[in-house]
Amino acid sequence: MSFPNPATSVKLVLLGEAAVGKSSLVLRFVSNDFQENKEPTIGAAFLTQKCTIGERTIKYEIWDTAGQERFALLAPMYYRNAQAALVVYDITKPASFIKARHWVKELHEQASKDITIALVGNKFDLVEDDEEDSLRKVSVEEGQNLAEEEGLLFFETSAKTSYNVNEVFIGIGSKIPDSSANQPEAIRENNQGRIDLTSNNASGGSSGSGDCAC
Amino acid sequence: MDENYDVIVLGTGLTECILSGLLSVEGKKVLHIDRQDFYGGESASLNLSQLYSKFKPSAQKPDLKGRDRDWCVDLIPKFLMANGELTNILVHTNVTRYIEFKQIGGSYVYRNGRIAKVPSNEVEAIKSSLMGIFEKRRMKGFLEFISKYDENVPSTHQGLNLDSNTMNEVYNKFGLENGTKDFIGHAMALWSTDDYLNEVARPTYERILLYVQSVAKYGKSPYIYPLYGLGELPQGFARLSAIYGGTYMLDTPIDEVLYEGDKFAGVKTKEGTAKAPIVIADPTYFPEKVKKTGSKVIRAMCIMDHPLPGTNDLDSVQIIIPQNQVGRKHDIYIAVLSDVHCVVPKGYYLAIVSTIIETDTPHVELEPAFKLLGNRLDTLMGIAELYEPASDGASDGVYISKSYDATSHFESTTDDVKDLYFRITGKPLVLKKRSNSEEDEGLNGLE
Ligand SMILES: Nc1nc2c(ncn2[C@@H]2O[C@H](COP(=O)(O)OP(=O)(O)OP(=O)(O)O)[C@@H](O)[C@H]2O)c(=O)[nH]1
Ligand SMILES: [Mg+2]
Repeated sequence: MSFPNPATSVKLVLLGEAAVGKSSLVLRFVSNDFQENKEPTIGAAFLTQKCTIGERTIKYEIWDTAGQERFALLAPMYYRNAQAALVVYDITKPASFIKARHWVKELHEQASKDITIALVGNKFDLVEDDEEDSLRKVSVEEGQNLAEEEGLLFFETSAKTSYNVNEVFIGIGSKIPDSSANQPEAIRENNQGRIDLTSNNASGGSSGSGDCAC
Repeated sequence: MDENYDVIVLGTGLTECILSGLLSVEGKKVLHIDRQDFYGGESASLNLSQLYSKFKPSAQKPDLKGRDRDWCVDLIPKFLMANGELTNILVHTNVTRYIEFKQIGGSYVYRNGRIAKVPSNEVEAIKSSLMGIFEKRRMKGFLEFISKYDENVPSTHQGLNLDSNTMNEVYNKFGLENGTKDFIGHAMALWSTDDYLNEVARPTYERILLYVQSVAKYGKSPYIYPLYGLGELPQGFARLSAIYGGTYMLDTPIDEVLYEGDKFAGVKTKEGTAKAPIVIADPTYFPEKVKKTGSKVIRAMCIMDHPLPGTNDLDSVQIIIPQNQVGRKHDIYIAVLSDVHCVVPKGYYLAIVSTIIETDTPHVELEPAFKLLGNRLDTLMGIAELYEPASDGASDGVYISKSYDATSHFESTTDDVKDLYFRITGKPLVLKKRSNSEEDEGLNGLE
């Protein structure tokens, strides 16, 4: 069997202070929708969305934080094999930018070395028509500098107007090397034998090694 | 953060995390606290430095390759049965999307001084080196009886009644030898003592069926295991709980447990006072409300640089040494894992040996297992006292889980989960499949 142009799966994790718009960015990307008064994330913290970039189709498996970072450390599971991360801050909230620095550091420590990280300054719509620039609290340069120091992609976005949102995901997708998509780190070498617990037939299971170990 | 909750959960071991997840999904407001700064409690998997600081704080660790976090060593070694209840819970809660599983390469048993694969069907029974030629035929007849048995078709019962005949009577009907009874009872039905022989046959029949069906599911063995170690399981259920609104606080010791009269009322921590009518906790949070079961488990974690001799270089294997085979009252279990399950760096193997202690020199009791392992680079040992709650929680609102026992799989853990669930909610646990919301489209072939 062969499928034309199979989608490569990319695990993407979201990080950032509460209420900066992490879930809103995902909602915009996945459903092209926006909710003015979005509840703190509950319920759907795992979404998938396909994204075609030139010849390649990337299937993002998007992990939202589920609020576990509020009083606790994020579980190591959250970073495990993540190939991409969005570190989000709110350009009208300086504290959220400080938090973003912290998350970048955390990613460098916890995540795999070849992870692709995008720094995202969200809520651009709030400063768009703001002549005196009084609402903007984090300048474009500050964002750019951090991104350059740490080797990150950088975008300013608005989940509300959808400004630059798709660009973030396309930018990340084009930066993820083909070989690493789908099979990060150790898994690359021993991809066989993984089983799909949710299928009723066992075909997804044993990895074609007609084995009898005796 | 002085707040009210429906339930407070103390400790992030697997039992606590499953209950926290299930109750959050049902809409309960859950606060989940752990005094330690990592998820998993006793069911965590430790990296190399955590492991050595826990078991050999003063010793020099041997020169081992790989990064610290390439090591994920389970504190409690267990495998999942492919058709078992924990697998069922994982699938029904969709926690499977956070964790990847692989098969365990083989299931072996010790008989007459050597090890061999446990035969799980008639064809394997005939090929098995565990039995002589006549015994193979008798075993074949027994396995046929198990697989053909149909409650509604009396002719398949062969004159036996599973609810009145003892298991020993069933064995004797097929003329099985004692050594064969040993491996059926201990390596397939997974009993850890011989008490079952004189009890009615049905529970043993059901356990053998679970074993046989679990093997049939993926082929190599009845067991499956999560990549990166068992510590992924509590994390997966904690995430489920958090997604449904559960609040998590790690690294948060309990300063005081509050009561109103005899009833649990809440806890005080550095974050403030949290109130709830009930608490679920592991035994370490309520030492005054638990009792010793009288059993102690010894577990030895052995680091090796070679697969287990006599297993055809399998990347992972479960070996059971039935008690009678080595003159004991409790079985010895060996779980072997390798880099294929991402728990050690490439080139290493991890063997975890465990049993219930019977003498004053427990490490000597593990000798039969050590002999099978061959050369070990290092061995770390720990002894754990097993606890259980002194009361059922009805009178004080304090629901305490049992310590993780010495069994080789999770069936007793899920029994405890179901029992706690029933005591807490007053209804049996019925697993309904979590519906995927529209944006939450199916993945991994989820329906
Ligand atoms: N004006 C404006 N508001 C936004 C934007 N993105 C999100 N919001 C609003 O900001 C609030 C928080 O958005 P969320 O998406 O829930 O933020 P979050 O980072 O997921 O928050 P947590 O889940 O609590 O960590 C909501 O009221 C959104 O409507 C944006 O681009 N512009
Ligand atoms: Mg959110």
